[in-house]
Amino acid sequence: MSVWHAIAAAALFAAAPALLAGEIPPDARRSGYSFMGPDTRAMQDDDTSNPGMLFVLDGQSLWTKKSGSAEKACADCHGDARSSMKGVAARYPAFDNALSRPVTLDQRINLCRATHQQASPLPYESRDLLALSAFVAHQSRGVAITAGDDPQAKPFVAQGRDLFMQREGQLNLACTNCHDDNFDKHLAGAPITQGQPTGYPLYRLEWQTLGSLERRLRSCMSGVRAQAYDYGSPELVALELYLMSRARGLPMETPAVRP
Amino acid sequence: MPTTRRQFLSLAGGVTAAGMIPIVTLRPLHATPAMLNTAIRNVVGEAPIRTGRVKLDIPPLVENGNTVPVTVSVASPMTADDHVKSIHIFNEKNPQPNIGNFYLGPSSGRAQVATRIRLADTQKVVAIARLSDDTFWQVAADVVVTLAACTEEMN
Amino acid sequence: MAALINVPAKARRGDVIEIRTLTSHIMETGFRHTVDGKLVPRDIITSFTCRYNGAEIFRADLFPAIAANPYLSFFTVAKESGKFEFEWIGDNGYSSTASASITVE
Repeated sequence: MSVWHAIAAAALFAAAPALLAGEIPPDARRSGYSFMGPDTRAMQDDDTSNPGMLFVLDGQSLWTKKSGSAEKACADCHGDARSSMKGVAARYPAFDNALSRPVTLDQRINLCRATHQQASPLPYESRDLLALSAFVAHQSRGVAITAGDDPQAKPFVAQGRDLFMQREGQLNLACTNCHDDNFDKHLAGAPITQGQPTGYPLYRLEWQTLGSLERRLRSCMSGVRAQAYDYGSPELVALELYLMSRARGLPMETPAVRP
Repeated sequence: MPTTRRQFLSLAGGVTAAGMIPIVTLRPLHATPAMLNTAIRNVVGEAPIRTGRVKLDIPPLVENGNTVPVTVSVASPMTADDHVKSIHIFNEKNPQPNIGNFYLGPSSGRAQVATRIRLADTQKVVAIARLSDDTFWQVAADVVVTLAACTEEMN
Repeated sequence: MAALINVPAKARRGDVIEIRTLTSHIMETGFRHTVDGKLVPRDIITSFTCRYNGAEIFRADLFPAIAANPYLSFFTVAKESGKFEFEWIGDNGYSSTASASITVE
């Protein structure tokens, strides 16, 4: 190894946050894509056969459509999303200074609607909200995830980690029991993934539509027979933030396709 | 033919109700092979169906039955005199046996169609091609549908 | 509602080209029930047609077993420059169209 390599490696090591017990080291982190079969991969790889792109297209038209009593479109403030939104979704959920808590991309869109567009909020999992968040997140495709790096977000990352480690439901399982300890094994017919949220909102073949990470988390909770947290609840936002920070360095894939 | 769980349950119910004679009166929820056969005969009529010439590309084990990629191709020169007029795809156990009918012609150049289908259960998929000489050719494939562990409740 | 069409922009005369279409539609089967037991009425695309400079080159009848957001791939011989027109027709008066052009040299 050359001296320069050694220095670069040492610098990387110093910059990387210390890993907690049971966590997946950065070089072993894998997108759900790597757990899928060739047919599902092919569906994601080609934009003209990826059904998630239908939502991205819808989001593109919503981006320039005036909305609310302010008669403003997203584009009136943010301009060309290809430059203004590049990398944004890779940093979400992000800390909001006014609210003193992290907000998800969906919540940011609705905050924008309330304050700048004077428009009513779009319901969670509604087609328009999914389309807008897919369009925004698509601009970050290939960008490495850095959510949770903001020091102000740290307590909320820790809260999310606690929830991830906490057993719950009638099956008394924590997220970590499957997604840290048993990935690559199978549950019923399906492979257990690491639960890296690299491609949300994503097109799930089971749903036959696009859905948010919160929808996925809620169905995991039903799976272990636990009471699912409400959409937008502080617990779900904290979990989403922890999961994104846990996927640090993985490239965004929105809109991903998953079984 | 293996007995499906639903057939078994309705059979068992019949036994309970009528003692020794199993009477199955429930309309099956899934298409039965008889329904599949009727659906095929609705397209083919009384013509014989030969096996061969048709290729059915479908994963033998699918990750989710809600969206299964399928490609059907037929060995044909696709000329004015010798081409594929139509391709028909059927299933055995969905609530309805038809999946799709696809109409082509010599201008298609290649006798191949692809789509994505729903399979309610592990079952057989059948593809039939009608050629320009009005002969029918078929192929069948068995598909195992795995069920995801943590599916959402029906809403 | 969006549709994604994939037609090569250019082709040589006589080339066999692939056409792929993907369109937004829930394809509600008519076999599902709500939690309170009510049947969700069928709402599907029943027919798809592709015309090449006005002449029909491909048609499909679709059934509830076609997955949501129907995807279709088929082939045609590139004969002349012009326009492909796509039409989806379905339950409850559903109709949508799209088009794509090709240059044939």
